[in-house]
Amino acid sequence: MELLCILIPLLPLLGFIINGLGFRKVPTALIGPLALAGPVVSFLSVIALFSNFRAGGNQPYKATLFDWISVADMQINFSFQIDQLSLIMLLVVTGVGSLIHLYSIGYMKHDEGYGKFMAFLNLFLFFMLLLVMGSNFVIMFIGWEGVGLCSYLLIGFWNTNTSYNNAARKAFVMNRIGDLGFLLGIFLIFTTFGSVEYSDVFQSAAGMSVGDKTVLAIALLLFVGAMGKSAQIPLFTWLPDAMAGPTPVSALIHAATMVTAGIYMVVRANVLYTLAPQALEIMGGIAIATALLAASIGLMQNDIKKVLAYSTVSQLGYMFLGLSVAAYTGGMFHVLTHAFFKALLFLGAGSVIHAMSDEQDIRNMGGLRKYLPITFWTFLIGTIAISGIPPFAGFFSKDEILAHVWEHNKILWVLGVLGSAMTSFYMFRLLFLTFFGEFRGTAEQKHHLHESPLSMTIPLMVLAVLSVVGGFLNVPHALGGHSMLAEFMAPLYEGSQQVNPTAFGGPVMGASEELMLMAISAGVALLSAAFAYVLYVRNAALPAPDSDPRSLPAQVVYNKFYVDELYERIIVRPVRALGDGFYSFGEFVVDGVVGAVAWLVRTASGQLRLVQNGSIGSYMFAMVLSIALIIALRFFVNWTTVLGYLNI
Amino acid sequence: MLTLLLILFPALAATVTLLLKGDTAKRVAITAAMLELVLAAWIFGRFTPDAQSQFGFDYPWIGALGIRFSGGIDGISILLVLLTGLLVPLICLSAFRQNYSRPNSFYALILFMQAALMGVFTARDAFLFYLFFEAALIPIYFLAAIWGGANRVPVTFKFFIYTIFGSLFMLVALVYLYYQTPVPHSSAITDFYNLNLTPSAQGWVFWAFFIAFAIKMPVFPFHTWQPDTYVESPTPATMLLAGIMLKMGVYGVIRFILPIVPEGVDTWGMTAAILSVIGIVYGSIIAIRQRDMKRLIAYSSFAHVGLMSAGVFSQTAYGVQGALIQMLAHGINVVGLFFVAELIFDRAKTRQLDQLGGITRTTPKLTALFMIIMLGSVALPLTNGFVGEFLLLKGVFDYNNYLGAFAGLTIILGAVYMLRMFQKTMFGQPSANTQSFADLTGSEAWVLIPLVIFVFWMGLYPASFLKLTEPAVTNLLQYVK
Repeated sequence: MELLCILIPLLPLLGFIINGLGFRKVPTALIGPLALAGPVVSFLSVIALFSNFRAGGNQPYKATLFDWISVADMQINFSFQIDQLSLIMLLVVTGVGSLIHLYSIGYMKHDEGYGKFMAFLNLFLFFMLLLVMGSNFVIMFIGWEGVGLCSYLLIGFWNTNTSYNNAARKAFVMNRIGDLGFLLGIFLIFTTFGSVEYSDVFQSAAGMSVGDKTVLAIALLLFVGAMGKSAQIPLFTWLPDAMAGPTPVSALIHAATMVTAGIYMVVRANVLYTLAPQALEIMGGIAIATALLAASIGLMQNDIKKVLAYSTVSQLGYMFLGLSVAAYTGGMFHVLTHAFFKALLFLGAGSVIHAMSDEQDIRNMGGLRKYLPITFWTFLIGTIAISGIPPFAGFFSKDEILAHVWEHNKILWVLGVLGSAMTSFYMFRLLFLTFFGEFRGTAEQKHHLHESPLSMTIPLMVLAVLSVVGGFLNVPHALGGHSMLAEFMAPLYEGSQQVNPTAFGGPVMGASEELMLMAISAGVALLSAAFAYVLYVRNAALPAPDSDPRSLPAQVVYNKFYVDELYERIIVRPVRALGDGFYSFGEFVVDGVVGAVAWLVRTASGQLRLVQNGSIGSYMFAMVLSIALIIALRFFVNWTTVLGYLNI
Repeated sequence: MLTLLLILFPALAATVTLLLKGDTAKRVAITAAMLELVLAAWIFGRFTPDAQSQFGFDYPWIGALGIRFSGGIDGISILLVLLTGLLVPLICLSAFRQNYSRPNSFYALILFMQAALMGVFTARDAFLFYLFFEAALIPIYFLAAIWGGANRVPVTFKFFIYTIFGSLFMLVALVYLYYQTPVPHSSAITDFYNLNLTPSAQGWVFWAFFIAFAIKMPVFPFHTWQPDTYVESPTPATMLLAGIMLKMGVYGVIRFILPIVPEGVDTWGMTAAILSVIGIVYGSIIAIRQRDMKRLIAYSSFAHVGLMSAGVFSQTAYGVQGALIQMLAHGINVVGLFFVAELIFDRAKTRQLDQLGGITRTTPKLTALFMIIMLGSVALPLTNGFVGEFLLLKGVFDYNNYLGAFAGLTIILGAVYMLRMFQKTMFGQPSANTQSFADLTGSEAWVLIPLVIFVFWMGLYPASFLKLTEPAVTNLLQYVK
């Protein structure tokens, strides 16, 4: 077991080292296989680990490698923990990761930075694996910041483009804002529990009572970290900009894995959140606001990747919404299905962009289903899955979240369904504008249209299958299922159940009530899809060009509620002004004040000495001087003897 | 005995270098620095992790007064000895491609500086410490005043006056403490740890020391000599200043202020910590707006040292251990950064960020090494900067939660100015100055590679360093309680 634990992150790291150090030396034909080998073997190791785990009666396993930082009473081990949660994440990360590596070989082969790109993907996987495997908060933090670094490197991968570089920097800095919260949370965890190891912390937390102030502070601080990584209000604006990176990056990092780290963290620390209901309330408010804000922006975007990016922000909102009503399994379930269908959609978008000679504006597409049949069919499957239409994956996971929200708060549920209506609309709008109607691009583009190579379409097909069947992992009882995932994950919440049995178990709603809720949300999704069909296929409507005048509300939504402009005005510019002010004026003042004080001290001490009839002051002064002299003399005498010995 | 060799050998080598000419002087100097590194590395390897002073020497010096010529290496000194041993050969090597006039004096001064620094970090007698503390100023003054930039004369004069002014306060405090020791008086630093000083005496002794060390580090608002001096000095001198010399201040706080005047720290430590933290944020915000690479790094260094100082004043094991390991890490990173700045200036003839860009196009080696050092400097986990920053922030956070959170802004602001610098130099379209930018030559790469090895070593397995400092820190903190 221990060997497997080490191998899983080590293999991608090796891939990074080989392709990284050998950049421009490794032959092009070898780059792909070398980069792919790590993730694939890791994936196989995860499967082996998984079957070991099942065979061993689902007992959590911990592998301690070495003592990393230990100071005073704080000891931080470099160690891994294998349990239900890390295994699920491991399967997603290495599984989807392998598929996206394969896809990248086809997508990036002709780029001059191909080797570097594959190396960075490998490095990302390494850090992502540390994040989910770590057995304490500090190892999670290593992975957390490491994936942030890789995200930065890959967003700004085409580094001659300044706006891409700015997007990369923005992502890193916004994540760092969250990371500060995370770090302070870790400090507070140590102060409170005397350890950062999950097993110790959660065990002592299980003995605490609901409403503890310190736990609330910890939960909120950790959530600040999650907001940064998982793009929640107010730290979400980096994610749409992150679309500057090559499309496989958007699929792997900015949809399937890294951005779900915040959900992983909350589920991991579920005891702490169950202990702090106020933190969950705040989380719920932020989550629904994020889900709706991002979905509404998605309604009007015309860049194929931007639509998907806002959709991701919105879906992450749904996941947190689930967590906020203690539906921890529901949140994780949505992480899982979202990884399938959103990776599929992004890779499909990549295939479209590839075929369209780097065009991303859906107003210039249309009719692509004839030219890209595999991409079309798989994209259609992804669209149905994300829209929550049964029996595809997204329906089950979203429904589980909404069912719990219903029990908790009816208004939240209505807002959630509203969001899912928007989701279905913008996704079908995207699908119809891209693949239906007449081709609207240039003749040159039309001439080059082609279906992508197998290395790109195989991942699409695999993910499409997963997007269809992924939902059956956790079929609710109302539909005659047996909640496999929920049963598997149940041991993770033992602590939570102990501290707050009522909030956790909760009354189970009747089957008919649940069926009705399902019917409503599925019906709403279908209606939205039909509406989009009428608008964009039947009436062949086209989004207006950028130059057209828009009504005020449309203007606001189209410009993403001016959030970036707001941040620019209230944060970026004041900090810059402060920097200039400190530098030109502050430094001058400080220098002057220090000089003046020094002068005052000198003058005052002179006065003082005269007043004090000279005894102590002058005695001291004379003594200081003479000692300095003696030392200096002795010093030189020593030197001359030394030099004398050496005859110099 | 080895400690004495550690001090005398560079001084001797400096004298020899002074008598030689041209390239021979260079070669002798760098060979000597390498030998010194071997010695320092040997000591590092053989150091026993306990609270004792090791490899020491002890002779009567001014016998009648009880002042001894005594030095040794304990857990507080060991990393700084390693730092000084490691950086000086790299600094010499980095200067190699430059043709400084009168190379014999130039390299001799660097070696004299090394001798004085080794003396500061190993002295066990307070007056010996003071002697080396002042002696270190002389070579650096000449390096800056002779080989510096156009504006060097007023700038180095200000630097000189500032630091002399500060250390006079310290001298007064030392003499006072000396007379407080039981007759016959002693000036052994450890004898100062057991004095029964009145609270008011503790107060003013605290300030006398603090001003001296605060100017050296520097801590806000005593820093205004620093950016100009860093920019105007020739880069090897800047590296000595930022890489090693500023650590004299942090070292002094740990060695003198904490154990000698614990009640003074009780009363005034918060003030000092607040000033330090103000410096972190103030320096970082200024760094964000700098256009000159060297000045930007100077302000970043000012910000970083503020965190070390705040960590030490937290009087926690985390803060002090963090400061010790961070001194080593910061020395390594800042020397790397200044070297890259120098290298870019050399090729592009400018350090102005808006006139650079696109360098990465032709320089995979430089990009990778620069990036790693930059990441160390923004404290990414698994690099050297993280361990220190984590422990320091933990210390400050334990001392006062709000102060810790405010100090934590460094992880955000640090990313802002460092990534900005990296982007403006390496990424984007090449400018007229960077069109044909050559990648690292062999000797240039060999300045950066050892630094990068340390970045990872310290980040991946910090226990090699933390284990050495731990017993001494535990011992020292007993005096604080």
